Amino acid sequence: MNGNIALYMLIMAGVTYLIRMLPLALIKKKITNRFFKSFLYYVPFVTLAVMTFPTILNATDSVWSAAAAFVVAMIVAYAGGGLPTVATIACAVVFIVELFI
Amino acid sequence: MSKFTLFKRGFRNGIPIFLGYLAVSFTFGIAARDAGLTSFQAVLISATNLTSAGQFAALGIIATQASYIEMALTQLVINLRYCLMSSSLSQRFDEKMKPHHRFFIAFGVTDEIFGVSSAYLQENVPPAYCYGLIAASWPGWVLGTALGCLSGSILPASVLSALGVALYGMFIAIIVPPTKNNRVLLGIVIISMLLSLVFAITPILKGISSGFRVIILTIIIAGAAAYFFPVEEEGHYER
Repeated sequence: MNGNIALYMLIMAGVTYLIRMLPLALIKKKITNRFFKSFLYYVPFVTLAVMTFPTILNATDSVWSAAAAFVVAMIVAYAGGGLPTVATIACAVVFIVELFI
Repeated sequence: MSKFTLFKRGFRNGIPIFLGYLAVSFTFGIAARDAGLTSFQAVLISATNLTSAGQFAALGIIATQASYIEMALTQLVINLRYCLMSSSLSQRFDEKMKPHHRFFIAFGVTDEIFGVSSAYLQENVPPAYCYGLIAASWPGWVLGTALGCLSGSILPASVLSALGVALYGMFIAIIVPPTKNNRVLLGIVIISMLLSLVFAITPILKGISSGFRVIILTIIIAGAAAYFFPVEEEGHYER
């Protein structure tokens, strides 16, 4: 079994889509069970936090520029900065810090 | 609010995703060329998969001509976190929403689009908002791949490096503001980051792939939080 690139591509796209689609298609009702409801409510906070740190430290050419961007982004977000603002400032911090490294 | 206004709002919030995707898929384009794929194939993969880790892993499988089953299992394992995200998102749609929306929006359940959708202020996320997010993000992923294939040097390294944190900046903008008025969420975010760090540096644990790290920690932490601090009725989406 090997080799057909079109088949590989079909399998990739198919499996990836099914994983995303099935829960959305199957769970149509609002869950009333208090535990599962709460669990699903908390999911985004955990997944995004886990994906952010410490992975962000490897996202740029230098650990220091990334660390600076992380700290500044946390402060700006806590101070109420919106999504585009925080993302842009994080990028700017990396750019500026790397000018001096 | 009209559908068009919601779409525009989603589109605007999707612009940082566009920029972040541009940087990440740019490196995917370069890697795909190195793995022996044509530009067309690389762009087609990005257009149909819209996922980073899964696509990078697939390059290795294609390059070594591994079996189709291995391809299917690898994608299943790496992308299993989307299953959790889709389940969580399923609770954010109106029960009366037309069913076909679920099939279209499902295509766009990425870490970023899921994150921004979850941060929507009301409990029911309107489909037009999701489509706006996808309409802004998907072209970034496809375009970046094409640019990466065509030339590894269109974007200077310093710009590419700076764009690399855009997605993380967004994640932070999503999870941090609600922690201000909610100590449970604050605790969850801090514990999640600390345990993620522990998983990243502890021998044995650091052998666990990042996809599984997300799944394991989500089940443990969100599970514990749901057990000890069950969410009270309504009202917790207004942030």
